[in-house]
Amino acid sequence: MAVAGRGFGFTAGLAVAVVAIQIAASASHKVFYLTQLTMSAYAILVVLGLALLMGYAGQASMGQAGFFAIGGYVAAFLTTFNLAPRRDLLFVAFLERAHLLMTRPDGSGGSVTHVHPWAAALFALGFAAAVAWIVAGPVFRLRGHYLAMATLGFGIIVHRLFLGSPYFGGADGISDVPELVLLPGLAITGRAAARVSNYYAAWGLVLLTLWMLSNLIESRVGRALRAIHGSENAAAAVGIPIARFKTQVFVLAAALAALAGVLLTHFNSGIGPSEASVMKSVRYVAIVAVGGMANLRGALVMGTVLTFLSLRGSFGSFDDLVFGGILLAMMLFSPEGIVGGDLWRRLRSTFSLKNRGDDGTAA
Amino acid sequence: MEPLLEVRDLGRRFGGLQAVAELSFAVNPGVIKAVIGPNGAGKTTLFNLVSGYALPDTGSVRFRGEEVRGLLAHELAGRGMARTFQQIQLVPGMSVLENVLTGRHRHTRTGFLAGMLRLPGSLRESRAARERCLETLAFLGLADLADAEAVSLAYGQQRLVELARALVCEPSLLLLDEPAAGLNMRETEDLAGTIGRINATGLTVLLVEHDMGLVMNISHEILVLGAGRRVAEGEPRAIQRNPDVIRIYLGDEDAESP
Repeated sequence: MAVAGRGFGFTAGLAVAVVAIQIAASASHKVFYLTQLTMSAYAILVVLGLALLMGYAGQASMGQAGFFAIGGYVAAFLTTFNLAPRRDLLFVAFLERAHLLMTRPDGSGGSVTHVHPWAAALFALGFAAAVAWIVAGPVFRLRGHYLAMATLGFGIIVHRLFLGSPYFGGADGISDVPELVLLPGLAITGRAAARVSNYYAAWGLVLLTLWMLSNLIESRVGRALRAIHGSENAAAAVGIPIARFKTQVFVLAAALAALAGVLLTHFNSGIGPSEASVMKSVRYVAIVAVGGMANLRGALVMGTVLTFLSLRGSFGSFDDLVFGGILLAMMLFSPEGIVGGDLWRRLRSTFSLKNRGDDGTAA
Repeated sequence: MEPLLEVRDLGRRFGGLQAVAELSFAVNPGVIKAVIGPNGAGKTTLFNLVSGYALPDTGSVRFRGEEVRGLLAHELAGRGMARTFQQIQLVPGMSVLENVLTGRHRHTRTGFLAGMLRLPGSLRESRAARERCLETLAFLGLADLADAEAVSLAYGQQRLVELARALVCEPSLLLLDEPAAGLNMRETEDLAGTIGRINATGLTVLLVEHDMGLVMNISHEILVLGAGRRVAEGEPRAIQRNPDVIRIYLGDEDAESP
C-alpha cells in the first residue's frame, strides 16, 4: 500500500488489460492491431503530460504537437545526417572519440555515419526541454485565452520551420531513421518481428508515466500546481513561486511530448511535418477534455480509444472533424469529461422534455 | 522593542485616486492590531501593499528588521507573512486537508522527481505535514471535516479553512482581511475567541475589519484610516472617544457620539 499509492487498482487492471489484449490479438492472428495500439501508447504520453499541465495546473497549451515534433525531428535528423564528409570538423572528431557516432549501410549501397540513436534521443529530449524552458518565460506572462493563443503561435512556428527547412526534408519529412536499441533484444522499430516487444515497451512506459504522474499529483508539487489552478493569489500567499512551478510543469509536459516524438519516429522509421500540425495539437487538447481535464485515467482511456480508431481509419476523411467536434461537444455538454463526469445526467436533462431545469442542471 | 512590521510614508495612487498617502505605523510583536475605516479608506490597499500584492509608489515597509518593499507575495510568505482573503480563495476539487496542506509549502522540500518516485523522504515529509495540518484543524474545530471538499462547506467553515491554511505556514505575522465578513453573530463571537487563542500562542495579528464589536473586543491597538491617511491610532477605548474618528464615521455635522 505504501509503495503502491492511490490508484493501484486502476494501474493493475490496466496492466492486465494490456496483457489480455496482446494474447487475444496474437491468438486471433490480428497482431497488426498491436502496431496501432503501440502508436496510441505514444500519443498517450503526450496526453498524460498535457492533462497534468492543463487539467491540474490549469495552463492550456495548444502547442504540444510542436514539442512532439521537435523530439521526433531532432532524433531523426541526428540519426540520418551523414557526418562522414565532415570528419575534419573538431566537433565531429570529438563525437567520434567519445564513441557517440555509428556507421551503417544506407539504402543505396553506401554508408552513413551519424550520431548514435541513444545520444540523439537524449539530445532531442534535452533540446525540447530547453525550448520549453525558454518559451515558458514569455508565454506565462499570459493567462487563459491569451496563453492558449501564444502556445498556438508557437506550434504554428514549429510546424512551418520543419515544413520549410531543407535540412528536415520539407514536406516529405525524414525517412530511413534506424532502430533505437533500448535494451539488448529490445529495439524500438516497426519491424513485424518486434511488434509484440514494442507493444509491451510502449505500454510499460505508459503505465510507468501514469504511476509517476499520479504520485506527483498527490505530492507537495501536485498540490502546489492545483493551488495555482484554483487561485494564484492563495498560492502566492502560502509561498508557492508561481512562475517557477508553471515553467517546471510546462517543461515536464514538453519533455513527455518530445519522448513520444522520439519513440514514434524510431517506430515508424521516420517523421513528417503533419506530426507538427496545429490539428495534432487540437487533437491532444480534445482528448484531455473528453477524458475529463483533471483526470489522468480518463485521458488515458479516451485517448487510447480515439487514437486507435483514428489510426484504424474509422473516421475516414473526417478525422480532424471528429476531434474538433468532440472538443466542441465536450465544452458544451460536459466540461467534466465522459469518464467520471456527469455527461449522462446532463444529456438526459438537455434532451428531456420533463423535469426541465430542476434535474441535473443544478449539479 | 523593535517592531515586527514598520510602515513609513507609504503611498499608492490608482489613476486619480490617492488610495494610501503618507501612512506610517508599526506593529509590535505579540499584539492584535486592527485597521478600521469607512469604505474606500484604503484598508485593503494597505493590506495588499504590505503583503506584496501591490507595489507602493513611495515609502518603505520593514518586516522583521529588513526592507521588504517590492518583494513579491510568495517571497513575503517565505519570510513569515501569512494572510487570508476577503473573498475566500480555496481550491475547488481539493479536500479541506489538501487545501490546508498547501500552507505547508515553505516548510517542505519535495520536488518533481521525489514526488513522482514517491521517495521515502517525500513520504515521511508528507506524513509529518499531514499530522501538523490535522492538529491545526482540530485546534479550529474542523477535525471532522478534513476529508470534505473545502468549497462545499458552509461559508463560516470555509473562512476557518483559510485561517488554518495561513496558520500552518507558521507565520510570524498573520494578516486577516475582513475575517468576519459574511459571518453571523454567533460565528463572529467564535471567531473573536479563536483569534484570541491564536494570539495567545504568541502570534502577531494585523486585521482589517468592519465589525466594530469584534474589533473593540479583541484588538490591543487600532489604526483608523480615512481617505488613505491616518486619522487616529491607539487603544480601543481611546479610539471610541476620539472626535476625529466619530466625525469620519458619522459625517461632519455635530452629531451625538454613538
